Amino acid sequence: MLKVTKYVLHDIVRNKILIAYTVFLFVLSCCMFYLDENPDKAVSSLLTIINIIVPLVSMIFTTSYFYNSYEFIELLVAQPLKRTNILLGEYLGIAGSLTVALIIGLGIPICMYALNPLALTLFYTGILLSLIFTSLAFLCSVATRDKAKGMGLSLLIWFFFSVIYDGLILGILYSFSDYPLEKTVLVLTAFNPIDLGRIIVMLQMDVSALMGYTGALYKTILGTNWGIFISIAILLVWFIIPLLVCVKIFKKKNL
Amino acid sequence: MVRRIVFLFILLISQCCIALAQQKLIVGLKEKYTTIEKALAASKNGDEIIVKKGIYPSLNTVINKSITLTGQGQPVLDGKGKDEVLTILANGVTVNGFIIKNTNNGSSKDYAGIRVFKANNVKIINNTLQNTFFGIYLSDADDVLVSNNNLTGTGHPTQSGNGIHLWQCNRIKIENNTIRRHRDGIYFEFAKQSLIQNNLSEQNNRYGLHFMFSDDDKYIGNTFRNNGSGVAVMYTKRITMLKNVFEKNTGSSSYGLLLKDISDSRIEYNKFSLNTTGIYFEGCSRINVTNNDFFQNGWAIRLLANCESDHFENNNFKGNTFDLSTNGTHFQNKFINNYWDKYEGYDMDRNKIGDVPYRPVSLYSQVLEKMPYAVMLMRSLMVNLLDKAEKAIPSITPEIIKDEQPRMQSIAR
Repeated sequence: MLKVTKYVLHDIVRNKILIAYTVFLFVLSCCMFYLDENPDKAVSSLLTIINIIVPLVSMIFTTSYFYNSYEFIELLVAQPLKRTNILLGEYLGIAGSLTVALIIGLGIPICMYALNPLALTLFYTGILLSLIFTSLAFLCSVATRDKAKGMGLSLLIWFFFSVIYDGLILGILYSFSDYPLEKTVLVLTAFNPIDLGRIIVMLQMDVSALMGYTGALYKTILGTNWGIFISIAILLVWFIIPLLVCVKIFKKKNL
Repeated sequence: MVRRIVFLFILLISQCCIALAQQKLIVGLKEKYTTIEKALAASKNGDEIIVKKGIYPSLNTVINKSITLTGQGQPVLDGKGKDEVLTILANGVTVNGFIIKNTNNGSSKDYAGIRVFKANNVKIINNTLQNTFFGIYLSDADDVLVSNNNLTGTGHPTQSGNGIHLWQCNRIKIENNTIRRHRDGIYFEFAKQSLIQNNLSEQNNRYGLHFMFSDDDKYIGNTFRNNGSGVAVMYTKRITMLKNVFEKNTGSSSYGLLLKDISDSRIEYNKFSLNTTGIYFEGCSRINVTNNDFFQNGWAIRLLANCESDHFENNNFKGNTFDLSTNGTHFQNKFINNYWDKYEGYDMDRNKIGDVPYRPVSLYSQVLEKMPYAVMLMRSLMVNLLDKAEKAIPSITPEIIKDEQPRMQSIAR
């Protein structure tokens, strides 16, 4: 398994895309921290960008890499290797390199400019989002043989979670605004990893606003240690379940 | 000439007589008077009673002569939880340097550490009040000075009274006091032409400062921090609030400063930070809000549509989740020359004033006004996109609310 990971890592390092991603993240976060006098405001801008870029890049990079190395995977399958190990090895290589990119691109600027709990929360959720969307992308690419279809599916998933889902929630809220919907919203947002990641950061950032109105309810539910633990657990579920499903499909797949 | 000299001489003699007559009575465990009551009984108007260090039980000691009561080495007057501690009924009394503690508490009567009733020119200085139901209670008193006192209440959620309570007073000066753990830190009703300066009011159950019908008062350099519901002021005209700090008042019905039916007032050089709502305006007119700082509040300003002719100029808005929210499209107030950190305009002519107006009300804050639980979608891509679209083509947010001349740089203070 680790050998497969090693090959994947070698390949990715030769591939310039990930280096470009790392440099982009690094320059972006440095600019944000450098230009904004208030580090908290820089974090809020970064949050918006990280919540779009990280899932998008994770999805597209993973899917395209998976399809490009299809022949290599076929070759590995021909060897006396367990299919689970092959897939997990691939996953480790890709998710690991994306995480390293995030550590360099976001972690180092945070250490340089704003080493505070808020920025670190952003960093952790960024890593979790990388892992989640890599495993979702694996699921897409294992599920379909056709590259175009797989790419399309992964883009759709990204678009769904980052835009459509919130739009749907907003629509539901608008049409049922006469009913008490506090808990419903809470549950609904928990089903979207991007929303959940955003809320974890927001609970630290917009404390003043969240203490008002119904925000106080969310703060009391999610803001406690228990709440944070649950939201992280949900994020972990989002990362493990697709991966397990993916392994199961890959085991029986006719390549 | 001779008559004048004689007159002066007589005057001098009489002054000396008064000075001689003004005796000092010393109270102490080993002194002539062992309790304050005994000294009071022996005293005349204009005397000074000096109390030595020690612990004295004081069950509602009534001062009905114009005397000066001075504590040496912080003597303790203990109400033992049975009654009030000191009641002042005479003009010109000074109470200086005591530790006053343990009043009774209950809902039938407002037990106070120091009560001043129908007495003028009283001075209450350098005292420490601990575990009192009401701290200092002034009613029907004029020209009173309350200075350098340190008040700590019971902190009990239901059984606690106000720190400094004023009822029907004029020309009161309250300065350099610290008030903690009371119901309302400073409470005024019908207290006029008074000055409240350099006080610290924090950790009170309800409001740090609360007043009603108290016209022509000045509030300068006070700090209101961490109070249950911040500061609330109502039904008052012509108040001046300068250089106060309102911070960390967070909660679902908590406001840095809540203004209801206030008119013709000035709010200048104050700092509002980390409050759920910085200032809440309801039915306010002709208020000048200039040179204030709004930092990291949930809502910097909530301005209801029933306010008119309020003027907002030279304020800094930084790091607030929402700069302004309102509840209607009717708007008769003016924003000009403020700094907004969310402003995205440009300055082509380099006069440090943005060339396009800033609209402080975002679509999303309007949405939240209708559906508060949508707060969970804050900062999501969807909401950002909607906000941007709304900025480009305003349809829901009131077109009329804008700052025509937003600053490009924050105002240094």
